[in-house]
Amino acid sequence: MSAILQAPLDRRSFLKIVTVAGGGLVLGYYVRPEGRAEAAKPDVEKVGGVFIPNAFIRIAPDGTVTVFSARPEVGQGIKTSLPMVVAEELGADWRSVKVVSAQLDPVFGEQGAGGSMSTPTSYAAMRRMGATARTILVEAAAQTWGVPASECAAADGVVRHGPSGRSIKFGDLVAKASTLPVPPEGSVRLKDPKDFTLLGSRIGGVDNPKVVTGQPLFGIDQTRPGMAYAVYDKSPVWGARPLNANLDQVKALPGVRDAFIIDRTVPADSLTGLVPGVAIVADSTWAAFSARRQLKVQWEGGRFPNSSWDDFARQARELSKAAPGAPNVTETRRDGDIDKAFADAAHVVEASYSYPFVAHANLEPQNCLAHVQGDRAEIWAPTQDPDGARRLAAQVLGIAPEKIQVTITRIGGGFGRRLDADPVAEAVAISQRVGVPVKLTWNRTDDLQHDHYRPGGFHFLKGAVDSQGRLSGWRSHDVAFGSSMDSDGYPARFVPNYLQLSSTLENGIPQGPWRAPGDNTYAWVICCFLDELAHAAGKDPVEFNLALLGNRDLGPGADPRDRHYNAARMRNVVRQAAEKSDWGRPLARGKGKGLGYFFSHLGYVAEVAEVTVSQKGELRVDRVVAAVDVGSQIVNLSGAENQVQGGIIDGLSAAWQQELDIRQGRVVQANFDDYSMLRINDAPRAIEVHFVKTDYPPTGLGEPPLPPLAPAVFNAIFAATGKRVRQFPLSRTDLSWS
Amino acid sequence: MSKFTLQVNGQSHKVDVAPDTPLLWVLRDSLGLVGTKFGCGVGQCAACVVHLGGAPIRSCMMPVSAAAGVNVTTIEGLSADGSHPLQKAWCELDVAQCGYCQPGQIMSAAALLAHNPNPSDGDIDDAMAGNICRCATYYRIRAGIHRAAEIMAAAKEVRT
Repeated sequence: MSAILQAPLDRRSFLKIVTVAGGGLVLGYYVRPEGRAEAAKPDVEKVGGVFIPNAFIRIAPDGTVTVFSARPEVGQGIKTSLPMVVAEELGADWRSVKVVSAQLDPVFGEQGAGGSMSTPTSYAAMRRMGATARTILVEAAAQTWGVPASECAAADGVVRHGPSGRSIKFGDLVAKASTLPVPPEGSVRLKDPKDFTLLGSRIGGVDNPKVVTGQPLFGIDQTRPGMAYAVYDKSPVWGARPLNANLDQVKALPGVRDAFIIDRTVPADSLTGLVPGVAIVADSTWAAFSARRQLKVQWEGGRFPNSSWDDFARQARELSKAAPGAPNVTETRRDGDIDKAFADAAHVVEASYSYPFVAHANLEPQNCLAHVQGDRAEIWAPTQDPDGARRLAAQVLGIAPEKIQVTITRIGGGFGRRLDADPVAEAVAISQRVGVPVKLTWNRTDDLQHDHYRPGGFHFLKGAVDSQGRLSGWRSHDVAFGSSMDSDGYPARFVPNYLQLSSTLENGIPQGPWRAPGDNTYAWVICCFLDELAHAAGKDPVEFNLALLGNRDLGPGADPRDRHYNAARMRNVVRQAAEKSDWGRPLARGKGKGLGYFFSHLGYVAEVAEVTVSQKGELRVDRVVAAVDVGSQIVNLSGAENQVQGGIIDGLSAAWQQELDIRQGRVVQANFDDYSMLRINDAPRAIEVHFVKTDYPPTGLGEPPLPPLAPAVFNAIFAATGKRVRQFPLSRTDLSWS
Repeated sequence: MSKFTLQVNGQSHKVDVAPDTPLLWVLRDSLGLVGTKFGCGVGQCAACVVHLGGAPIRSCMMPVSAAAGVNVTTIEGLSADGSHPLQKAWCELDVAQCGYCQPGQIMSAAALLAHNPNPSDGDIDDAMAGNICRCATYYRIRAGIHRAAEIMAAAKEVRT
């Protein structure tokens, strides 16, 4: 194998051409091993020693283009969309592109899937990858023909010479291209987006044929020779530890190989890593599940073993009466003179909103297959954060992360839950003990009672509208479970007199990111209260909100994702959603339209929901119209629409039906019979997705479509019935009217 | 442990498992047919739907002893090559997101289309309300079933 190292592609990466067995062309993309690419400097001399080679693109002599997908596929479509970006710039024939999931490897740089960040952070790099390879192929063809490269162009897997009409297939250029240097970055020209043929089209997911035939794609489908099956029993009361268990009795049960207590917490005091429990290792999943029914454990302690949702709600009401500066009431933002705004107001509105804890409830239960052998380990896991999973596993095992190989499987639903790697920690701890490959499988009760929940919250709001119907004052007191609203978050900075207070309830409940963290509930609180204020002002809600957005573009906020709040982009999607939904057309009693809009994870989304509420109170969501601005380019129209449709229905499911109750330091619900998820019969009849293209870099779609849905539906219910619902889930409220 | 003979996707399999083992786990752990999914274990999510004697059942609730001797069809056996109209429609309309529930969705839908080749939205809602899709691809599942019905109708026309 010969390797030619060339000038840097950019400040943080290098391209390298190597020939491999079989004569394929490999174009690798190099980043620093630690994955902190931005810290790297162009330093050609050190390349050989410091940079680890890896290939994103391979072109074989038969013309097959292999593109590696470095990010975990959780259903967001990234395994299809980023390779499309490469193929577009390369000029490949998509039918000749084979996408292969990459293992965790530092040379790929960031390999997480979260925060809708894969597209914004990889789009430009993937374009350059494809464009650089295309430039080399074109040069190879030009040299073959003895013509200027400027007269040649690549498309559909061939390079054509314009003046003579000659063409050569990519596969036939592999040998020549492998001898060429990587062109300097400045000489690589990206395609003009108006010439894109693949991007923006509808491409089915690359794994679809395997999905619909039941092939082993997911973590839970993985097997190894000699594998044992494990369950891990934890106290339903968070933070409790096992004092003793009937281990001898369990070990004697059919098919059980071993049973033991793991009395460790890694990292120390964490509720979201390895926590104490009892492992049962058996010959089959069912043997382990069956044995667990006979397991009796005496638990000790717990963080807050007497906590309950009702008590949290009581504490929140008490806190809401306290003044700024009182204990546990922190002032997080103050603009203007809020007291004067209320004194001068034409209308003052007060309301409180609340929502319970909910679970991710990924349909693929948490699982991990691990094989620990001495100071080495292998992991097959459905993880959104493979590097974080490896670091946690290393900490549990007391070995170096580099000694752990991680295979990233397809993931049966992420939604943020699989950014945490507690099942990986458990699996490696068990495999280390028993010395064979172990597949750990959680049951649904484990999942619901040991989720890292989307926190509940309580919001106490007071708003002022002046005599001209403008929003003149906004006071919010947010009582939460550890997270708090961004002090720059909307509508802060848009309201002249603004006071934000924050309180935290001590709780000891494991929490984590849940699709559009924060925004998934804040959008509902904010947009519904704005709707209340619009009605108090006697204004049409669309007009009221457009007036509030004004024409101010605001600079970066405190949230790292809140880089810039572009009011013009938001106004644009609000107008589009209103127009496409025939906003303002009169509807019969029992039918109504509502608006929700939010800036989340770099996307600007407005949604109008149209609902019917029968006199008996049965809700039907007839139609949702979404206007979505995620920049200049939709990568895969099919996948993008799917994310918006799914985000809308997921948002509806959580707002309408999902609720976990907390009593005596634990979640009460145990399975889908008492934890309701929305079914097909409650899904909206029609969903219309309108992508609004703007001149900004493309951004992600996993999260932005979800937050506006709940306020759109709740505001529509108000329009239909006059009922203002201020708590999740909607199913708790009687919507009947007469 | 007890010995059972199962007829799965047209093949005979002998397994030696506890009699109360759900068919789901025999398929997945004993036979390596992992297309049938575990989601809840209590018949609430329908990720585990297979056909038993042609009827859709929740394999997580069906003890292997009750399945012995009856023809079982799993997603792997729905067609020889992924060419069932539902499988074609699912790929054509790009129905799946994570895809985990889709074998169960497709097996439920296949049972629906077998006796109702042209279902209405209401028929689909009734037949499919047992199947959870956590990614909430319901909008496309509806469209996918309608599309499969079209494919079936077109194929029938060609034949007649």
